[in-house]
Amino acid sequence: MPHIALPPDLPGIRGAMAFRPQTARPLNALVEVLLTGENTLSRGERELIATYVSSLNCTHYCHSIHGAIAAAHLGGDEGLVRQVKTNFMRAAVSPRLKALLTIAGKVQQDGKLVTSADVDAARALGATDLEIHDTVLIAAAFCMYNRYVDGLGADQPDDEALYRERGKRVARDGYVTVSEEYLKSHSNAAAR
Amino acid sequence: MAHIDLPEGFPGISGAFTYRPETAKPMRELAHVLLHEPNSLTPAERELIATYVSYRNDCHFCQSSHGAAAACHLGDAAVVEQVKTDFLSAPVSEKLKALLAIAGKVQKDGKLVTAADVEAARKQGATDIEIHDTVLIAAAFCMFNRYVDGLATWQPRDPEMYARMGRHLADQGYKEPSIRQLVGAH
Repeated sequence: MPHIALPPDLPGIRGAMAFRPQTARPLNALVEVLLTGENTLSRGERELIATYVSSLNCTHYCHSIHGAIAAAHLGGDEGLVRQVKTNFMRAAVSPRLKALLTIAGKVQQDGKLVTSADVDAARALGATDLEIHDTVLIAAAFCMYNRYVDGLGADQPDDEALYRERGKRVARDGYVTVSEEYLKSHSNAAAR
Repeated sequence: MAHIDLPEGFPGISGAFTYRPETAKPMRELAHVLLHEPNSLTPAERELIATYVSYRNDCHFCQSSHGAAAACHLGDAAVVEQVKTDFLSAPVSEKLKALLAIAGKVQKDGKLVTAADVEAARKQGATDIEIHDTVLIAAAFCMFNRYVDGLATWQPRDPEMYARMGRHLADQGYKEPSIRQLVGAH
């Protein structure tokens, strides 16, 4: 059961977002820019970074939903997503993405662990400054989203089908659009 | 030196914000709602939570700038230092101590927060919104701290600079840059 009175019909971060629309708006705007905005990293690649960090933080809701969104962007390849979660060095992704995932994994522990050698390695494989920046910020942001979901004791269902279906919708429509539905339907509850 | 080509002369997060305005905008808005807009927790209390989490993440820029903002709100810098190192003996309310205990757990891992931690805060008068905002402030600073450190931004050791920033943050909040011009050479 959640630690505070979150709307019972909205699992994961959605309940927290509906509980506090004032913070939901910038939280959704940030994830929208980072994961769906124009970028030389594909949406699938960025979702894999978010999924990997959420998996390191053991936040079931986040690594399941972002894993499902990543799979939707990657032609439904759930096996690849699982491989990135468990051992990305052996996954069928580009060496550049592997170097960026290494950086993301360090940021997940502590930003100070990222070394010039990590950054040089990513650059040698073609990563740009902006890609390195976004990798660091995606990893940092998911250290926030994960703690937000876990720290409120939000409901995190096990049902894989739920994530698969919702993942396809978010991949198609983006974060802000899908958030508007549940923010609107719960706007009356904001009169607490 | 920063890991990427951030603009010269902008310390800490201001360099990263200047480099990437598209992500700076929602991050500023989030900080503004959480730390500056009206709330049953005072701005000083919320800045203390931000400072405490940044201290535990060992992020010099964030703990110094938010510590300076908290000191401005409180008119007392000693309390800020005490909250960082031993908040249980700091002259702050029992409610804030209970919320800082929750924030400290979120800093490590959100899953460490127990029903008993939340009950203890409620018993001291904390509301659901206050508990929510405590969790989100702590979580958000786990982002801001990692962002500042993960890019190896320039984090000056000059207390005067942080005092000026703290004044701006306490008065104006987070929507506009607190560093308007170059602060000085590296």
